[in-house]
Amino acid sequence: MVKTEMLAYTIRRILMLIPVLIGMSIITFAIVHAIPGDPAKTIAGEKATPEQLQEIRESLGLDKPAYIQYFHYLGDLLRGDLGTSLITKVPISEEIGPFLAATAELTAASMLIAVFFGVNLGILSAWRQNSWWDYSAMLIALIGVSMPVFWLGLMEQWFFAQELGWFPSNGRIDARMEFEGITHFYVIDSLLRGDYAALSDVLMHLILPAAALGTIPMAIIARMTRSSMLEVMRSDYIRTARAKGLSEFWVIYKHTLKNACIPVLTVVGLQLGLLLGGAVLTETIFSWPGVGRYIYDAINSRNYPVIQSGILVLATIFVVINLIVDLLYAWIDPRIQYGKE
Amino acid sequence: MKRKAWILAFALVFALSSILVGCAGNNTAGSKAKTFIYGRGADSKALDPIQVTDGESIKVAEQIFETLVKYKKENTEVEPGLAESWETSKDGLVWTFKLRQGIKFHDGTPFNAEAVAYNFNRWMDKSHPEHKGGEFPYYGYMFGGYKGDKGHVIKSVTAVDEYTVKFELNFPQGPFLSNLAMPVFGIASPTAVKKDPVQFNQNPVGTGPFKFKNWKKNDSITLEKNKDYWQKGYPKLDRLIFKSIPDNSARFTALQSGDIDMMDGLNPDDVKLVESNKQLQLFKQAGMNVAYLALNTEKKPLDHPKVRQALNHAVNKEGIIKSFYADLAVPAVNPMPDIIWGYNKEIKDYEYDLDKAKQLLAEAGYPNGFEIEFYAMTEPRPYMPNGKKVAEYMAADFEKIGVKTKIVTYDWQTYLDRTGKGEHAMALFGWNGDNGDPDNFLYVLLDKDNTRTPDAGNIAFYKSDELHEVLIQAQRESDQSKRSELYMKAQEIIKKDAPWVPLVHATVPFAAKAGVRGFVPHPTGSLNLHEVDLK
Repeated sequence: MVKTEMLAYTIRRILMLIPVLIGMSIITFAIVHAIPGDPAKTIAGEKATPEQLQEIRESLGLDKPAYIQYFHYLGDLLRGDLGTSLITKVPISEEIGPFLAATAELTAASMLIAVFFGVNLGILSAWRQNSWWDYSAMLIALIGVSMPVFWLGLMEQWFFAQELGWFPSNGRIDARMEFEGITHFYVIDSLLRGDYAALSDVLMHLILPAAALGTIPMAIIARMTRSSMLEVMRSDYIRTARAKGLSEFWVIYKHTLKNACIPVLTVVGLQLGLLLGGAVLTETIFSWPGVGRYIYDAINSRNYPVIQSGILVLATIFVVINLIVDLLYAWIDPRIQYGKE
Repeated sequence: MKRKAWILAFALVFALSSILVGCAGNNTAGSKAKTFIYGRGADSKALDPIQVTDGESIKVAEQIFETLVKYKKENTEVEPGLAESWETSKDGLVWTFKLRQGIKFHDGTPFNAEAVAYNFNRWMDKSHPEHKGGEFPYYGYMFGGYKGDKGHVIKSVTAVDEYTVKFELNFPQGPFLSNLAMPVFGIASPTAVKKDPVQFNQNPVGTGPFKFKNWKKNDSITLEKNKDYWQKGYPKLDRLIFKSIPDNSARFTALQSGDIDMMDGLNPDDVKLVESNKQLQLFKQAGMNVAYLALNTEKKPLDHPKVRQALNHAVNKEGIIKSFYADLAVPAVNPMPDIIWGYNKEIKDYEYDLDKAKQLLAEAGYPNGFEIEFYAMTEPRPYMPNGKKVAEYMAADFEKIGVKTKIVTYDWQTYLDRTGKGEHAMALFGWNGDNGDPDNFLYVLLDKDNTRTPDAGNIAFYKSDELHEVLIQAQRESDQSKRSELYMKAQEIIKKDAPWVPLVHATVPFAAKAGVRGFVPHPTGSLNLHEVDLK
């Protein structure tokens, strides 16, 4: 019974994706076409003659009314065609894969860091509330949440790469290394190849940008964990657990954390979505060839199809992650049931 | 069960960290070959040189492709390239090129007259089956359009025999040879283009010193030595990697920490750090560029020549160079730099003199000055690293002569759009030259032909018939000394009318590891990397 309700709920949520994504595509399209400038100038260069520019506009269909352009675009989308980049002339579906993989890898690594440190910092300060532990953990969280990512990234580069030489300063892998992507997740690729030299190089390249990108979510997760842990710790069953003589470790990590998890999970889900799209600065500083930079460059060159389809792809991922998080609630806390209004 | 999961997790972390520790420092396993990494600000857009307009694409393409004639190593005079000699008819309408023999494209296709004719026909003829993969922008731009257009320069390109190719022109073109030397006109392998003219952008095949190997988008492009290169002993490097590192400071960090061997796009402030670091060396090239303040001659009160002259007197170019270019620039007197032939050395600049400026304003009927909008570019360009700051600096002086400015900024595309339509009163702008010909500066930026909106190149909207006549005459002339005289005169006319405040010609710095040898920067911004070696 619960299973079928769950299934119905999932299907309903997936169907709801359709209007959300259509709305998204309309908004993106409208914004993209409302800003001045057009791709013809990027294609033909700053030196192009008016005739050349006009011809390019015609060949791209940019001289047609906006609503017609939108329906063309929508028609292509329904056929599964994300369009072709105006600049590189490569189909976006082909081009975006490696960028998405790069961003996903970075996001996963930074989320790992954020969750590990964030949750433990939160636990620490909840466990020793109003102690120096608590104050220093929350100070770290405050600094973390207020630190501009680009500044943190540059400082990391200066200190750990340039001064200490512990980590490489940029990129996903040493450019001198002969390495071709298969899945374009370099950690997975190097494992598939059994190439441990490459694996170590890839991990070393991941650490600095992941730490920079993970700092803000880490801080937010730490605060959220602290407050929800504090709430749970006051409840009766925790007192019972302690009374029954369970070790403090088990009380905290098993009984309290599990019940303090839900709000933390919400934050993790939201932050994950934000990281996917919001990694532009980190990707720029660490020359990470990710999807954020791909779309950012497209905005600067008014590469309409890439902006539209890129944002649509990200929006889809964002919505799907939220759906997964919602479904996870029910898995973690069986008292939560979907399908009943 | 739970305990098991924890143990497993710890084991995994431990395993990963031991791999990290065990293999660290082993990064460059298996690369004894001479590999050179060039760091730059952005990735290439495409690698078929005829399809691109951006410097980053050309930097890579010019390692893979070669042109019929090329620029000399240190200036923009033309010397033999793939063609070893040429002659021209008296009327300048027929050009015959003798090609070098025994050269092969990277895919083994022989390089010959047929191949040259094929490339030009593909570029000029919109009905050609392989006229695909882009818009061929530079062809139309340098040769007056395409086949069938009114202003199209090239009538036909034909193979006379295996190694002789003949160009017939519709009318003589002064900068014809300089144009042919531009890297965008690199000769491509016909076999490879025919196979897939669109995908050729991603898999370029030329005759140059380096062969294309692979391209990781937004990350790196790897080229390999062309072992059969016709210039014996070159290239010196086995592998050449172009790495995109968008942030200037991050790129400089990568150079200092040894991740890359050379870089461009150095922040002016970092130049001193390079000079004081023994591990690094600095290369400087007087740039073929100009930064200027365009004064929209169609907007009041800038329509008055005396107002424009007054503003010219109110700009402290030396101060700008000291404050924002770290001394890596020279004041601009004329619209083009003195490294281009035809530069008029006799012309004196409007000296920095605020009293004189005030007096000229009074003579023009504005004794109390006026208020005006001042467009500042925020996109850093080689000729203008920080437009907003430069604008603020200039505005302070303008204020002293009673000209109150309101500085406005837009993102780059919007900026181009608005200035191209002539919405601005005054606007900072600049130009990077293409082919080392005066026409490429004076006609493009200041002739009345280029004031058509919405895409004006002449954003001062300066329409001088006197200048137009001189510039057109120079275009149709093929004798360089006569052309030179005409351009000298053109610069005088421009100076007198003052449609711009020419600001600076920026020097372009490159930083490299101390062990880099044989690099000579070129005024056009071309990278000659086949002579570069690592000690």
